Amino acid sequence: MAIIEVDGLVKRYGEHTAVDGVSFAVEQGEIFGILGPNGAGKTTTVECVEGLRVPDGGTARVCGIDPQRDTGELRHLLGAQLQASELPDKLTVGEAMELYSSFYRRPADWRALIDTLGLTGKLGTQFRRLSGGQKQRLSIALALVGDPKVAVLDELTTGLDPQARRDTWDLIEGVRDRGVTVLLVTHFMEEAERLCDRLAVIDAGRLVALDSPAGLVARVDDRQRIRFRPSAPLDHALLTALPEVASVERAGSQLVVTGTGNLLLAVTTVLARHQVVAADLRVEQTSLDDAFVALTGRPIDA
Amino acid sequence: MSALYRLTATETRLFFREPIIVFFALGFPPLLLVIFGAIPAFREPDADLGGLRTIDLYVPIIVALSIAMFALNSLCQLLATYREKGVLRRMRTTPVKPAAMLGAQLLMSTAMSVVTMLVALAIGRLAFGVRLPRQVPAYLTSYVLAAVTMFAIGLLVAALAPSGKSAGAVGTVLFFPVVFFAGLWIPRDSMPGVLRTISDFTPLGAGVQSLQDATAGQWPQVLHVAVMLGWTIVAGGLAARYFRWE
Repeated sequence: MAIIEVDGLVKRYGEHTAVDGVSFAVEQGEIFGILGPNGAGKTTTVECVEGLRVPDGGTARVCGIDPQRDTGELRHLLGAQLQASELPDKLTVGEAMELYSSFYRRPADWRALIDTLGLTGKLGTQFRRLSGGQKQRLSIALALVGDPKVAVLDELTTGLDPQARRDTWDLIEGVRDRGVTVLLVTHFMEEAERLCDRLAVIDAGRLVALDSPAGLVARVDDRQRIRFRPSAPLDHALLTALPEVASVERAGSQLVVTGTGNLLLAVTTVLARHQVVAADLRVEQTSLDDAFVALTGRPIDA
Repeated sequence: MSALYRLTATETRLFFREPIIVFFALGFPPLLLVIFGAIPAFREPDADLGGLRTIDLYVPIIVALSIAMFALNSLCQLLATYREKGVLRRMRTTPVKPAAMLGAQLLMSTAMSVVTMLVALAIGRLAFGVRLPRQVPAYLTSYVLAAVTMFAIGLLVAALAPSGKSAGAVGTVLFFPVVFFAGLWIPRDSMPGVLRTISDFTPLGAGVQSLQDATAGQWPQVLHVAVMLGWTIVAGGLAARYFRWE
């Protein structure tokens, strides 16, 4: 049974329809991503799941619970990390953990949690003195202190430097390994590709695709591109004769071979047979970025 | 351990980490009382005041001042800041009701202002021989009424102000007329008739008179109780109507 079920969700703000009939189901133990550009309706969607907003149509269920009707119970099952929610400036990490664990019926061991998140050395540090990455880790800790079944993480790595972002990704995988189902909101392709088992791509309030990252890419295009600088002149016809190759173009000193299937093997075999060495060889595959453009008609950060 | 207890303890700890707020809320009112008491003329009985001394009138005013400081300086600014920074929003995702935060703030403000009241009464009694309240239940009733009234007004400011900074500014703007009519510059007994009538209808004008009456051994007047209840109902009702957690 799905742990989160969203069915035909609609949310309007005045004339504007922020979420327009979105449906998806998240299975237990998944990292499920909601991907889309800013303003696509991602946050509104998860806020309906979190019971922070009342949908105008459709339903959301978490562990079979209606977030609107049984909000009290939902709060024990779902831990949320929200965008732009801070703590009092002078509250220390330890005090925040102690305070938030007092809110729950069966809290997790907050000291162990803080240890996992690498904040043990910061227990006595005030919130205002934490770095962006440390604040985010504390935010994850607070979302998990109630020992939830589901964690909703909204734009967790926005504003973090690349190293802190990668560290956070490891932490999120760690969260899933604890048996927590993760609903992850993001507009970073790399993050979605690296972390998510499945993705719901949302654009302008509508669900445009729902698949694994690899599935999304494959659905759009399985075309690959190989670039290399041949060590000796090569007759293009040798390559175009291959069934895998769609086209061969010259770009300066480089050759660009486009095709499908096991393109790399086919091309390198021909090159080897003719004793041509491929220098600076690079294989470019359709990325999630390309898939996003194909699905929505524009790049995610446009 | 209960969430409300934890919240109150945590908020109290945070309060003590703001030395300037601590000074103005806890230290300033008693200090002012000591300064007034140091003026020799304030310690002379005055026939115009029915044989009372000016310092006798100032003890309830100082008690009212401390309530006003908590309500219009710390309480409203803190709650508006918490909303602005998403502290209340984060709390909404947990099983605790954000209203528990409100409860914790009110508990802490009440406890702290009671301490200031006791300090003011003690200084008045020990340093300047000011009579302690003769009607203790009446005094406590008046005190609670005045505190609840002012906290309701503080919450209304927090509800309407868009940010912590603007809540602080609005609180300060309200603070001066409120303590003026409580008699901080001219005690009510020295106010001209019109001014005193206006004062009767202000939250702390009514509050100070009730405290003064209880000190003299009488129960507060119906008018003043009604004025305080009226402010509480109107301000508290509007605050409840307009308060937003985010």
